[in-house]
Amino acid sequence: LHCFQPYVSGFSVCLAGSVACIHWETSQLSGLPEFVKIVEVGPRDGLQNEKVVIVPTDIKIELINRLSQTGLSVIEVTSFVSSRWVPQMADHTEVMKGIRQYPGVRYPVLTPNLQGFHRAVAAGATEISVFGAASESFSKKNINCSIEESMGKFEEVVKSARHMNIPARGYVSCALGCPYEGIITPQKVTEVSKRLYSMGCYEISLGDTIGVGTPGSMKRMLESVMKEIPLGALAVHCHDTYGQALANILTALQ
Amino acid sequence: MAAMTKALPRRLVGLASLRAVSTSSMDTLPKRVKIVEVGPRDGLQNEKMADQAEVLKGIQKFPGVTYPVLTPNLKGFEAAVAAGAKEVSIFGAASELFTKKNINCSMEESFQRFDAILKAAQSANISVRGYVSCVLGCPYEGKISPAKVAEVTKKLYSMGCYEISLGDTIGVGTPGIMKDMLSAVMQEVPPAALAVHCHDTYGQALANTLMALQMGVSVVDSSVAGLGGCPYAQGASGNLATEDLVYMLEGLGIHTGVNLQKLLEAGNFICQALNRKTSSKVAQATCKL
Repeated sequence: LHCFQPYVSGFSVCLAGSVACIHWETSQLSGLPEFVKIVEVGPRDGLQNEKVVIVPTDIKIELINRLSQTGLSVIEVTSFVSSRWVPQMADHTEVMKGIRQYPGVRYPVLTPNLQGFHRAVAAGATEISVFGAASESFSKKNINCSIEESMGKFEEVVKSARHMNIPARGYVSCALGCPYEGIITPQKVTEVSKRLYSMGCYEISLGDTIGVGTPGSMKRMLESVMKEIPLGALAVHCHDTYGQALANILTALQ
Repeated sequence: MAAMTKALPRRLVGLASLRAVSTSSMDTLPKRVKIVEVGPRDGLQNEKMADQAEVLKGIQKFPGVTYPVLTPNLKGFEAAVAAGAKEVSIFGAASELFTKKNINCSMEESFQRFDAILKAAQSANISVRGYVSCVLGCPYEGKISPAKVAEVTKKLYSMGCYEISLGDTIGVGTPGIMKDMLSAVMQEVPPAALAVHCHDTYGQALANTLMALQMGVSVVDSSVAGLGGCPYAQGASGNLATEDLVYMLEGLGIHTGVNLQKLLEAGNFICQALNRKTSSKVAQATCKL
């Protein structure tokens, strides 16, 4: 169910659906998927938040090259965002150009707007991500615009990406809670996810940005989102701020 | 579940009934969970335990709280009773090698010792809780069969232990193994008499505990601030932190009766006294605010 091609997602969900039926018979007792695709976000999401020191470019490249040899199939490389906002990612072009792209491994990069997208493509990116939020306050504080405005920007990016046959992944932050608004309704998460999915994102990563979620809130959120978006197009991104990440992930897998 | 089935696109309808099997696991969670706080014993065990009698005599016994103590043999049991203990625990293992290395006798001999304690406890109207170590793996033997765990658990239960705590002593277990082990044990001992005691050595404790809850276990051992390292893996973490457990249970709407704020304060107190950082993620997150 998870070994799908991004451009033919509709077809592969159907195909995978019938194949999955056979697999599910054996794994239905555990209610768990047979295969899980892990998206490694350390080099971008991880390093982005390291405050103590700006990680040197060659160290970033070395990290990514090492990760490429572990069997991981997707490694998020960097973010083509202004260095004013995210100084850790100022060397995005050098990193993108400097890494060795191993066969069978995909290297998505974050592109918050058209300008970042073009820079990413020029630097050799073949897959991109856009970062939305299920919270109006978080959207304003994080990317300085409303959810609606951000969707407009992403639509430009995703349309351009699809034109160039470049797959786009969508992120939804604050899926289980917001540092400013507190509780976030599953309906809001679904609305934003659906927006990103219908504009052409092949996969939506639902992020518990501040790690406040617990298995119950994860379940409720997913039940809502799964009514609008096929399972094969969903991913979870859990933070371990309160030690709940693995339990929340297990729930999502179930 | 019916609402979910109707909402799914046609092509996924075939999977709907199968999905119902997996998501219904969340519906089987208990409404209340009893937390057994093992911090003062299992957590502080690394410090010398020579002052047991003084500790037991010195603590303020709050109503509604039980204060079990570990008694590996009859001598320990008698000393515990003399010091005022109303509940004792005995520590078995699902591994022959672990038993030899840990308490210096065979499993058969250990059961004889426990039998003596249980008989004495019964006469004195004292409750006995049984522990089984290495239920998901042994530092010496490696894999442990679920059947072996079931056998030992059944033995302790039939000897008279009112509850058996199943311990993933070296934290190597994962949800699937936890499930297999509990499936075997639950064929011999009622779920209500079971507890789990997961170590977080490989970060699996909370996920394993969640799986146990889904299987019907409603008693969980944990340690404030995640006290207690791992004697088999230097520098590795030990017990599941009570704060992190309570956080999850509260989020699930499961009643625990525990006040997280007061718990955090207790954890803060002991970490300061021991001059160590808390192992609880919730405590770490809360301190930053």
